[in-house]
Amino acid sequence: MTDIIKLTAAEIAARIASGDLTAVEVTEAHLARIDAVDEKVHAFLHVDREGALAQARAVDEKRARGEKLGPLAGVPLALKDIFTTRGVPTTVGSKMLEGWIPPYDATLVKRLKAADVVILGKTNMDEFAMGSSTENSAYGPTGNPWDLTRIPGGSGGGSSAALAAYQAPLAIGTDTGGSIRQPAAVTGTVGVKPTYGAVSRYGMVAFSSSLDQGGPCARTVLDAALLHEAIAGHDPLDSTSIDLPVPPVVEAARNGSVAGMRVGVVKQFRGEGYQAGVMQRFDESVELLKELGAEIVELDCPTFDLALSAYYLIAPSECSSNLARFDGLRYGLRAGDDGTRSAEDVTALTREAGFGPEVKRRIILGTYALSSGYYDAWFGSAQKVRTLITREFENAFEQVDVIVSPTTPTTAFPIGERADDPMAMYLADLCTIPTNLAGNAAMSLPCGLAPEDGLPVGLQIIAPAMQDDRLYKVGAAVEAAFVEKWGHPLIEEAPSL
Amino acid sequence: MTVTELLSYEAALASYDPVMGLEVHVELGTKTKMFCGCSTELGAEPNAQTCPTCLGLPGALPVVNEIGVESAIKIGLALHCEIAEWCRFARKNYFYPDMPKNFQTSQYDEPIAFNGYLDVQLEDGEVFRVEIERAHMEEDTGKSTHIGGATGRIHGASHSLLDYNRAGIPLIEIVTKPIEGAGERAPEVAKAYVAELRELIRALGVSEARMDKGQMRCDVNLSLRPNGTTTFGTRSETKNVNSLRSVERAARFEIQRHAAVLESGGTIIQETRHFHEDDGSTTSGRIKDNAEDYRYFPEPDLVPVAPARAWVEELRAGLPELPRVRRNRLREEWGVSEQEMQSILNAGAVDAIVATVEAGADAASARKWWMGELARNANEKGVSLEELPITPADVARVSALVAGGDLNDKLARQVIEGVLAGEGAPDEVVEKRGLKVVSDDGALGTAVDEAIAGNAAIADKIRGGKVAAVGALVGAVMKATRGQADAAKVKDLILEKLGVSEG
Repeated sequence: MTDIIKLTAAEIAARIASGDLTAVEVTEAHLARIDAVDEKVHAFLHVDREGALAQARAVDEKRARGEKLGPLAGVPLALKDIFTTRGVPTTVGSKMLEGWIPPYDATLVKRLKAADVVILGKTNMDEFAMGSSTENSAYGPTGNPWDLTRIPGGSGGGSSAALAAYQAPLAIGTDTGGSIRQPAAVTGTVGVKPTYGAVSRYGMVAFSSSLDQGGPCARTVLDAALLHEAIAGHDPLDSTSIDLPVPPVVEAARNGSVAGMRVGVVKQFRGEGYQAGVMQRFDESVELLKELGAEIVELDCPTFDLALSAYYLIAPSECSSNLARFDGLRYGLRAGDDGTRSAEDVTALTREAGFGPEVKRRIILGTYALSSGYYDAWFGSAQKVRTLITREFENAFEQVDVIVSPTTPTTAFPIGERADDPMAMYLADLCTIPTNLAGNAAMSLPCGLAPEDGLPVGLQIIAPAMQDDRLYKVGAAVEAAFVEKWGHPLIEEAPSL
Repeated sequence: MTVTELLSYEAALASYDPVMGLEVHVELGTKTKMFCGCSTELGAEPNAQTCPTCLGLPGALPVVNEIGVESAIKIGLALHCEIAEWCRFARKNYFYPDMPKNFQTSQYDEPIAFNGYLDVQLEDGEVFRVEIERAHMEEDTGKSTHIGGATGRIHGASHSLLDYNRAGIPLIEIVTKPIEGAGERAPEVAKAYVAELRELIRALGVSEARMDKGQMRCDVNLSLRPNGTTTFGTRSETKNVNSLRSVERAARFEIQRHAAVLESGGTIIQETRHFHEDDGSTTSGRIKDNAEDYRYFPEPDLVPVAPARAWVEELRAGLPELPRVRRNRLREEWGVSEQEMQSILNAGAVDAIVATVEAGADAASARKWWMGELARNANEKGVSLEELPITPADVARVSALVAGGDLNDKLARQVIEGVLAGEGAPDEVVEKRGLKVVSDDGALGTAVDEAIAGNAAIADKIRGGKVAAVGALVGAVMKATRGQADAAKVKDLILEKLGVSEG
């Protein structure tokens, strides 16, 4: 059993295809692991035991009939609880949607099912994806498998923890300001935010529509690429979805190389607030890239210093509108409807009871930023900054092929440490936010443990829009070099729970 | 209802100059909704025509209906507007139970069409140009039915029923620039504008624009300023005025009400008003003090609409003849006066007459039937002319039978009556009812002889030169033939037999 859960997705798929393992065996092994450790980790909000086993059986039957299996057939996956799943609860980490059973599957879910990926269940997250620690979940925090007293990152902490705890070899996250990459960094796993528009948002509960992007999470670069290929591609139901072929990510992941590449290092991604051990591992990574044949180019991107401020105007503004639909009238929570109150009062009471403090904070911020008389100063200015950041990236990518940075300024912090300090919490996304504003692609992969606390450090790679394959080409080369240097993948150093 | 003090219309106009702004919402006749694939068919079970998108379920996203955009461009072009090269949708944020997302997907400062005009013709033929500010795309809301309240409004209701079948149906909102200089004719201009717009929308084939079915709804904004001044006064906004007559009445009422308030030294409150069909009055609705903040921002779930110039030109080239141009052409072709044309228009008979002429009838007889017998019949039944169970081809056939001498006027009326009663096509009715002009000279001759013999005194008078008395003998013949003779022919025959010639 232990063997199965430690396999990569690529290995599992190959062994199921060859008949060495059955999909049911693989699913049962992961369900057993969830049973064994999830009480401690709390990565899952809902485990769909029957659904997963039914899917696994279908894969085995398909194989028995001699039908061709897809590249991830029978591989289990942990799905962030932000995607709608027909007949399976979808809470978005909020009391507002407790008990809601969606009548439809998100496009991404349909694609996973069509690829015969086995969905084990729905993972914990910061409420409505607002947060960097998963502490904002209405259903309690998730522990970081490296140290259960620490945060697994957020908002997709459930997905990253499930990977690091070997509860699933694959997971899905969503990244609005870093919610895939920052959890990957602090759990020693791999996470990719594809180009905005590469993965359909249809059925992904919206936080900030112009920034939200679903993407793959895994323990290896190749596994992430296989998952990326399965979920990406044009969707006519999402108007912002890009109608272009998916970049050759799997091919890139199988042919990692940085030889002759120009790699940018941004001056602004270091300094105050960056943990020494994080910078040490990052600088070593840059050295490694040089050794592997890359040319390092120093970049000055002064507008990146404005990214966090712009983000905290744009994302709350969009969220204030996106979350208006939760009014207690059609689905989800309804509070205070005792027959004496008006619809308006019931809506107010429902929103008071259903949303947590961080969600309320952002709705209020966004409502203010969009108000007449304030719009130009707040939302309008933020959009201008966004344009400037996008241009700065464009200029940078005229000089370099990819940019690298630390994924997050610090390693995983203790649960509760920043819960009462939103500004400190927001700083966790300092390096990841500019990419969301520009719509580029980015990856986080492990680059070692910080010497002072022994916790994982993430290396971020940023590529231009629709050049997602570059992430995998560089990522695979770096991953291979590190594994050779360490003698094993970093994740094997995680405690066994 | 509180009694509103009014100033007489004449007195109001003696002191004040009305300025109007008209906002018309038109539901497009697309097969599917603006942002999803749900049907727009009327009359379905409540909430049967809904999906995750138009119900605003978490995660669902909109996709723009291309026909909706095309229709908006056609309307813009027909209104002589500029068509945006690039424009976006915007979210209008406010909470209301019939709006599933609690924001309406609309357009804000980037409408698809802007800066146009519509020339409208008043009843006496005068043409008034109404400037168009903009036409923009948006979605309709669902429908709430409030139960238990006194007024049918949400206030005081015990509960409400929500039907989202209408939610997401494409709407085009057409906004005029301030209409100035209409003076006492302002209410008439308002009515003529809405009527002209309705004709235009129908001619474009983008909507049936039935005001009685809510497919076209008008908000009348009105303010007064003292004669000779230029600054606009405070306006009131009379919402959802749903017939042409009501548009005129609402404008007239508001002119009189505003004048009374101003005259007594009061101030007009900027507010919405409800129009009451029964007595033509308006009553206070919501206060609109500009504090209402919809927090518009560009809709991030949709990409900008950038209609290719070639497409716009293709649509422009394909525009039908515009209603006013067409009407003037027909008026000349038919040889009728402005007033007659106006009554044809008011009766909704233009298309029926055109179709009847196309089916072979001459314009005069086509007009006579549709504006006479048929208009009366439709009026009695309370239906429109198109809804009558008779086709333009039927009417043309009846005209042809009259022209050929097979029917006289009286018989033709009976044939029309038979067709309307469902007895079949005109020829079948003629056949079944045995309605043929008696033109057999022998039979007619006998009847004439009998009439002369039976009315010797009258016959003598005629012989004596009192030709006008022939009517009595014609009447006797017609009675004897049960109306199936050609009266003119009968008259000729009598005079011939009596050896008298007319004039």
